[in-house]
Amino acid sequence: MVEDTVSRGQGLDAHLLLSRGEGFTLDVPISIAPGYTVALLGPNGAGKSTVVAALAGLLPLDDGHITLDGRTLDDPERDVLVPPEDRRVGVVFQEYVLFPHLTAAQNIEFGLRSSKVSRAAIHEQSVQWLDRFGLDGLADRKPRALSGGESQRVALARALITEPDLLLLDEPLAALDATTRVHLRRTLADHLDRFPGARLLITHDPTEALLLADEIHVIEDGTITQVGKPDDIRLRPRTSYIADLAGSNLIRGTADKGIVTAGSHRLHIADTHIAGSVLAAIHPRAIVIDRHRSDGSPRNTWETTVIRIEHYGDRVRLQTGDPILLTAEITPDALHALEIDEGSVVWISIKATEINVETD
Amino acid sequence: MTVMKGRRASLVCWLIAALVLAACNDGPANDGGDDSLNGQVLVSAASSLSDVFAAVEEAFEESNPGVDVVLNLAGSASLREQILGGAPADVFASADTLNMDRVVDAGDVDGLPRVFARNLMRIAVPVGNPAEVTELADFADENLLIGLCAENVPCGDLGRQALEKAGVSAVVDTNEASVRSLLTKIEAGELDAGIVYVTDVASTSGDVEGIAIPQAHNVVAEYPIAVLDGARNPNDAADFVAFVLSDEGREILIEYGFSVP
Amino acid sequence: MTEALAPTRRRSRRPPLVLVVLAILGLAVFVIPLLGLLARTPWRDLPTLLAGDVVIDALRLSVITSLGATAISAVLGVPLAWMLARVEFPGRSIVRGLVLLPLVIPPVVGGAALLFALGRRGLIGEPLNRATGLVLPFSTWGAVIAVTFVAMPFLVITVEGALRNLDPRFEGAAATLGAGRWTVLRRVTFPMVGPSLVAGLVLTWARAFGEFGATITFAGNLEGRTQTLPLAVFIALESDRDTAVALSLIMVAISLTVLVVLRERWWKTP
Repeated sequence: MVEDTVSRGQGLDAHLLLSRGEGFTLDVPISIAPGYTVALLGPNGAGKSTVVAALAGLLPLDDGHITLDGRTLDDPERDVLVPPEDRRVGVVFQEYVLFPHLTAAQNIEFGLRSSKVSRAAIHEQSVQWLDRFGLDGLADRKPRALSGGESQRVALARALITEPDLLLLDEPLAALDATTRVHLRRTLADHLDRFPGARLLITHDPTEALLLADEIHVIEDGTITQVGKPDDIRLRPRTSYIADLAGSNLIRGTADKGIVTAGSHRLHIADTHIAGSVLAAIHPRAIVIDRHRSDGSPRNTWETTVIRIEHYGDRVRLQTGDPILLTAEITPDALHALEIDEGSVVWISIKATEINVETD
Repeated sequence: MTVMKGRRASLVCWLIAALVLAACNDGPANDGGDDSLNGQVLVSAASSLSDVFAAVEEAFEESNPGVDVVLNLAGSASLREQILGGAPADVFASADTLNMDRVVDAGDVDGLPRVFARNLMRIAVPVGNPAEVTELADFADENLLIGLCAENVPCGDLGRQALEKAGVSAVVDTNEASVRSLLTKIEAGELDAGIVYVTDVASTSGDVEGIAIPQAHNVVAEYPIAVLDGARNPNDAADFVAFVLSDEGREILIEYGFSVP
Repeated sequence: MTEALAPTRRRSRRPPLVLVVLAILGLAVFVIPLLGLLARTPWRDLPTLLAGDVVIDALRLSVITSLGATAISAVLGVPLAWMLARVEFPGRSIVRGLVLLPLVIPPVVGGAALLFALGRRGLIGEPLNRATGLVLPFSTWGAVIAVTFVAMPFLVITVEGALRNLDPRFEGAAATLGAGRWTVLRRVTFPMVGPSLVAGLVLTWARAFGEFGATITFAGNLEGRTQTLPLAVFIALESDRDTAVALSLIMVAISLTVLVVLRERWWKTP
């Protein structure tokens, strides 16, 4: 479906081919339809910033092409290179890069000033945006007087106000502390939903990618190693990096006094204070598989069936079914020792302390 | 805490001691020890004596091995200030009696100064005389670039006296701080003419042409020499002065264009 | 023994004694000559001296030449600094070395070089003179050129340093927001190096104001035309002590005022 929209000349259609120093080559095909969020997930050094720079026009391609809404932005073969100021690509930079000599309002207005709109109209718009982002009263503050969360919102407003055709977000939540990050993830999700153009989210945080994106492209060492919907990535990771990072179990539920209720199932968690909608994450390696019920300390134990077994070199991933779909990771030895096959009945044990809970 | 206090106190004591020692030291002139043993004579001489005194130094040192003559060359007014300010020097040779008199008045001269040389003024022009200067009257020409020594330098004072005698209101473009810098600029052709000493035009180190100033307008510069009161090597200093006044000394002075009394 | 038990809070707040002593000595280096000057000042005659022609002419010329040099340095120096900081051209390090040269060579040598280049018989001066009749030495313009030569490096180096330290992401961000090259320069680059630019201008002015060797060698010394304050002091020192002191006082007063006032207002670190 994405491909159809894109082939109609809408959204982003690009194939980025770039060589940077020390033998690093980037080969990233990427297509994003308007209204869709694609997350580019990968470790540091994988080439994520290069992708941002190339799409923004700060770095020319060596080969390939960038087409946005039918306009060619970069095509080395045909000698077309549109400078950043003419691309209509909005960027929210890592660490925001707010102009330190301008106030929050002036930062937000910056993109509009350049397009020669009337001053009064500009100011009205920037005030509206400040309100929309919950930043009223901060109009005259300089960036150094803004908190991380406030800066992030100003950076986002600054990019959105120019109504770009493509929005690039380079690690938008990385510079924030954990609590702010969770809170702003919501705000970000809301604003992204309302943005009509194509959106590319660059991140190394799998949870962010899983929660905010419609589609995830995993990048490792300059190439895309997997493309798919968040659940695909999570449940069927193709490389060990993805398995380690993204192949986690994410369960949505309601927390109350140390119990998370997800559907009909109840999970014991260590945090007795957290309440309301939560996101519980369980790493596959934290799940203990046994043939029999154990009498040990783990509070979470239940019987379930192995739906699927996948082998990744020196480890094995088991998918278990009712009551909760989970992915567990064990060694091949353990698999043999326990004589587990697809369809086998097994007991799962998870310590309450191994369940990571955040407010959703 | 007591240990810290002690350490700090001793450090301060060392600092104070160092300062006191430094203050007690008379300065660089004192580090040579007894100069009469080293035989050094410090001669403060006007810059117009640069070339001739270099020859005098050579001749004197030849006949007085063991004595080292050190020349301190500058404008006579600068030298006067140095001496009045207490700078170490054994002999003072000035380009005019005015500066010497000031030193005498301050009581810094041992005995009486003697006039050892005379000099006359001369117009200097670049080689080839591109501006075709012929006389002092040309100094009133606005279109020429004219240089004089600054008024407070003897050469400047005497040059102005000559102009006054000739009844010329010179249009001056620069007042150079020393005869040397004036000569350099004339040599380079950056100035069309200037008034310097006869000896400057005659000296082999200058590449300028000279135009005589008629006797009626010319001014005589008298060069006095004296041993200074604060000389640290009065014996050798007196020897030097005697040499300058001797026949051999006078021969050298004449060779360089000075006239001798 | 009781000292060990005594409260240490107050003592630890005072700076170490050794540092204080050394700092006071350091301060003395600056203050003592100033005190010497003030002690020698003929206070009663000062008003008359300050109204004298020599003083007024020298002051006027110093103001003209130092401000002129600062202006020329700004107009020519900022683009040069930008080229050195942003454009990779062959021989860039040599050019930077040339720019730094006036900082290293004795000013008199600089003046001599200017004479050889721009004098009447100079490399460029000669054809210039034959074509236009223009003579630069021994003129006020010559004095401006002399002080510009020694002072401009300060501006170039300060601004170049600031441009280099400027995070290129700011200009990138401005570009993605639609700003063309000139707009980026005008609204982001130069405002951000503003404080450094001002600091550079002040340094340049101060250097130009105090220049002596290059001026007297290239422009000569003539009251009312090329005799700036430093030259006037030098000449007056041997013949008219009182005037020399008055001139020195003016220089000190002006310099102090500029540095103190501007430091408060502009030398803020961003």
